Amino acid sequence: MSRLNIELPGLTLRNPIMPASGCFGFGREYSKFYDLSVLGAIMIKATTLEPRFGNPTPRVAETTAGMLNAIGLQNPGLEKVLGEELPWLSQYDVPIIANVAGSLEEDYVEVARRISKAPNVHALELNISCPNVKTGGIAFGTIPEVAKQLTRKVKEVSEVPVYVKLSPNVTNIVEMAKAVEAGGADGLTMINTLVGMRLDLKTGNPILANRTGGLSGPAIKPVAIRMIYEVSQAVSIPIIGMGGIESAADVIEYFYAGASAVAVGTANFVDPFVCPTIIKELPDLLEKLGFEHINECTGRSWKKDGQLAYHRA
Amino acid sequence: MIRKELCKIISQQEIAADIYELTVQGELVDQISAPGQFVHIRVSNGWDPLLRRPISISSFDKKQLSMTMIYRKEGKGTSILAESGPGELIDILGPLGNGFPVNEVSSGETALLVGGGIGVPPLYELSNQLVAKGVKVIHVLGFQTEAAVFYEKEFLNNGETYVTTVDGSYARQGFVTDVMKDLQFDCIYTCGPTPMLKAIEQSYSNKKVFLSLEERMGCGIGACFACVCKSADDPTGVSYKKVCSDGPVFRAGEVLI
Ligand SMILES: Cc1cc2nc3c(=O)[nH]c(=O)nc-3n(C[C@H](O)[C@H](O)[C@H](O)COP(=O)(O)OP(=O)(O)OC[C@H]3O[C@@H](n4cnc5c(N)ncnc54)[C@H](O)[C@@H]3O)c2cc1C
Ligand SMILES: Cc1cc2nc3c(=O)[nH]c(=O)nc-3n(C[C@H](O)[C@H](O)[C@H](O)COP(=O)(O)O)c2cc1C
Ligand code: FES
Repeated sequence: MSRLNIELPGLTLRNPIMPASGCFGFGREYSKFYDLSVLGAIMIKATTLEPRFGNPTPRVAETTAGMLNAIGLQNPGLEKVLGEELPWLSQYDVPIIANVAGSLEEDYVEVARRISKAPNVHALELNISCPNVKTGGIAFGTIPEVAKQLTRKVKEVSEVPVYVKLSPNVTNIVEMAKAVEAGGADGLTMINTLVGMRLDLKTGNPILANRTGGLSGPAIKPVAIRMIYEVSQAVSIPIIGMGGIESAADVIEYFYAGASAVAVGTANFVDPFVCPTIIKELPDLLEKLGFEHINECTGRSWKKDGQLAYHRA
Repeated sequence: MIRKELCKIISQQEIAADIYELTVQGELVDQISAPGQFVHIRVSNGWDPLLRRPISISSFDKKQLSMTMIYRKEGKGTSILAESGPGELIDILGPLGNGFPVNEVSSGETALLVGGGIGVPPLYELSNQLVAKGVKVIHVLGFQTEAAVFYEKEFLNNGETYVTTVDGSYARQGFVTDVMKDLQFDCIYTCGPTPMLKAIEQSYSNKKVFLSLEERMGCGIGACFACVCKSADDPTGVSYKKVCSDGPVFRAGEVLI
């Protein structure tokens, strides 16, 4: 009997562990280390309508127990993802969650419409942390009305369930979560990276060519846990949690906070085998903690009546 | 094939000021395909410092399954690495990238190997392999100062070797490019600071030149897009190469540096 299988909108997962978007490319590199079919799902690199080169280098800078990145959503563009990357991934028995990005609402809608038709794409993940060209670069994901509207537009065209990836760079995460839920989101993924900066000791200049970048890795885990704890009590859609996960114990902590599945990002760079290792270690840890199934952990930090908002719904 | 392995440290010593020579043993040595490939070293068992450190393989011995890296102790990660000693295990991912193409020069021809500072180490294995092929090698090695000079004797064993120091405290004062002007050769292999690589690429556009680039890395295997540079034939477009998996060695004119 599996202790790890999970059902979420659009997703039948053999386990709740998946690599996070941008930290696993389109899977090719990691397929040389292990069979990608062991994963619960794969969140592929953000896809935009046109190919993007991204930001100048340096694009990464290490921080205490974390890293900053300013890749700039480099990706080969929708055509190539549809024509080459997704067909290549279809050799594996693993659902794909397509991360969708853009600088205009129309771009998101077009990418979502077409990528959601790919047979192995089982869900979309809307990356609303992107700067919105029409509002002078203010991210879609920082204004509740804008995020809600974008979610609604994408829902109208998507053939698969839509998860919205929340940015932590907001004053009220619960308000954002409720807005996208009202816009029709089937689920949430959180958190994206926190905006940060590092300066070079010798020159005094920012290390990243882009000056600022997104903080990820173990350093952000407490922030993500807190946000999931708050949001999971306020919405009735499931949450895929992420931020600094590197062990089976971290996964359980995310479930306790209110997540129903998790993604592993930065840790893949440190240990390419981190996902299969966690998948292997989870059942033993559940056994040790006295759980029959991992879904018993969801929301344990706050649920009183044995029921979670999402499971009640 | 890339492997992740706990390699055993055979020896580690400081061979010049803050320059460490580290020799390890592991199965992944068998996978090395060319001089100039590198490895990604995890310096801590925990998650801080987080990222692996890219370090070139400076020589290897497939019979012994051993390889040597030479690195400068500089920041947080390399300072921790410098503390480890024989018998300890270190987590190494590799071999990574594509190295120097030794077949671009033939027996009887002359190769010029130009290294700057911590760009010198990968040239050592290259020099050994070229000599074994019957290629004549000339080395030009640039360092900041006398205390930072290393491997001069080792390179001398393989062929003519010129050393420069920026401050003039040892051998010839100046830059590697000052020495190169007076030499005859068929092909250049070089690794070092970007300004040095740029100068060489510009001055020797009529020659066969291979450059090993450096860039800050995340994954080291081609998945994260941290280490990209633009393809030279498409300077304003979206074509790119990844230093970690397409490089670190490129033919001059292949990418914008
Ligand atoms: C392909 C390749 C081969 C290399 N080969 C060697 C070698 O043989 N010997 C050697 O001494 N050095 C080599 N370097 C440079 C070496 O990677 C850095 O000196 C080292 O990562 C610095 O780590 P730190 O802990 O001392 O510094 P920290 O300041 O603690 O490093 C912080 C972060 O910045 C990165 N970083 C800092 N400087 C560099 C740099 N110059 N290049 C890339 N990343 C950097 C680190 O990897 C780390 O992620 C190589 C770099 C590359 C890309
Ligand atoms: C190098 C890098 C690239 C990323 N690219 C994307 C991306 O394209 N789209 C996206 O939604 N998130 C992207 N992220 C964010 C991650 O998916 C994840 O939300 C975040 O890093 C937190 O998880 P972690 O701490 O496990 O890495 C990226 C993160 C990193 C480190
Ligand atoms: S370091 Fe990740 S792609 Fe090169």
